[in-house]
Amino acid sequence: MNLKQYFADIFNGVKSLATGMKVTGGYFLRHHKEKITEQYPDNRDTLVLAERFRGEVVMLHDENNEHACTGCTACELACPNGTIKVITKFDMTPEGKKKKAVDTFIYHLELCTMCNLCVEACPTGAISMANTFEHSVFDRSTLTKQLNKPGSKIRAGVE
Amino acid sequence: MFSLENITQIVHTWLYENMHPTLALMVEFAFIGVLVIALFAFLGLVLVMMERKVSSWMQLRLGPNRIGPWGWFQTVADTVKLIVKEGMTPNNVDKLLFNMAPILVIIVSMVIMAPIMFAKGFQIWDINIGVLFVSAVSSLSIIGILMAGWASNNKYSLLGAMRSGAQIVSYELSAGLSMLTIVVLTGSLKMSDIIQAQETGWWLFKGHIPAIIAFVIFIIAATAETNRAPFDLAEAESELTAGFHTEYSGMKFALFFLAEYVNIFVVCAIGATLFLGGWMPFHVGNWEQFNNIMDYIPTPIWFFGKTFFLIFVIMWFRWTFPRLRIDQLLNLEWKYLLPISIFNILLVTVIALAGWHF
Repeated sequence: MNLKQYFADIFNGVKSLATGMKVTGGYFLRHHKEKITEQYPDNRDTLVLAERFRGEVVMLHDENNEHACTGCTACELACPNGTIKVITKFDMTPEGKKKKAVDTFIYHLELCTMCNLCVEACPTGAISMANTFEHSVFDRSTLTKQLNKPGSKIRAGVE
Repeated sequence: MFSLENITQIVHTWLYENMHPTLALMVEFAFIGVLVIALFAFLGLVLVMMERKVSSWMQLRLGPNRIGPWGWFQTVADTVKLIVKEGMTPNNVDKLLFNMAPILVIIVSMVIMAPIMFAKGFQIWDINIGVLFVSAVSSLSIIGILMAGWASNNKYSLLGAMRSGAQIVSYELSAGLSMLTIVVLTGSLKMSDIIQAQETGWWLFKGHIPAIIAFVIFIIAATAETNRAPFDLAEAESELTAGFHTEYSGMKFALFFLAEYVNIFVVCAIGATLFLGGWMPFHVGNWEQFNNIMDYIPTPIWFFGKTFFLIFVIMWFRWTFPRLRIDQLLNLEWKYLLPISIFNILLVTVIALAGWHF
């Protein structure tokens, strides 16, 4: 190591350290304006979560209490840890044919890892990820949910 | 005008008039002990709080904000928690050394308090080899750390203690040499003489570039000696869980923790005394009026202001820089800091001999 290199090393080292200290020093002076902490239980009313946040799987229902789930069980097959169980039944169409439909869509929140594979597998866009996250309950069994609302039926035209 | 010097003088004369000299001396010892313990408790509370607030503000967080106004009582609650916790001694440790180590570490940091001048005429012991005393005693704390690491009977603790030993022994050198530059300029090892010599300006400004280089090296070495990030290899949470105090809990752990913060205070106080004039107000040469205005600020405020400024700088280092590897650490000391400080001390000697400083 020659002498020029030695002093260049010292100079560059000090310079990069000073750059780092400038960043943190700037934060220290501006912290009251730029602070990023969410004071969660206090700001529950104004809390805004990102669109892509995955809190739980929900089935989308419109105002007529209709959903888009055909009971194809693609989501059940896509799920890596058996979170979803779709119980199907056979509806009679007006032409007198039997048609597969969802009877009970069971979702085990306690097993779900929010991997989003079921949502991607769904051919009709019936389920999606909601950004609710306050899931703690006193009884584990309440985490097993039925996603299709009682009395709901498949929207007309969805195959 | 209010001054701590008068108070100590009044207490001193009153004790010696009313008591046998030996008894009076004993009472003074007891006073000093109580004051030092009170200072330790104060430093433990304030510095931990300061560290947490500084770190959170540098990372755009809020920091502790639940207990008391803006969370200022958080450390009080932490202290209560540590006191009521069980001080466990594991089964296979060397019980005597294990229990002795935290006490030794805290005693060492208490002893270094002796020559520090907190205000004008407010000092425990104005020993004539003050700087030497400080550098000699401060390296004793490594014995406590090695003791803790060895007695814990745990490989993490032992590794942490060994690293800490290598680090403190090597950084002691450049810290000592940078302290020596000021001793060369002053011509005395006595703390009061060093402060008196800065009456016309602090050594950092009077000593030209060598004093500034010595100051920078001193701050780096002080950070390393107190085992703080970026030199916290002795603890290195990611590799050694907590280093030498892995096996400690409750109040025994708290003593190590307290000793770390007190050591920061001590090295910053020494730095403030040597380079920034201790309690000496900011004086510029012979501007009489400016100097008189500066004298109105009480001397303890000057001392603690400078010390806490240096503590802030060391905290700033901690929350900015990533940790060094062990070979990088020793490279920095033996290839950079030590040669530079040796050249620096030569320069300072020339300056002092030729009388070029102000």
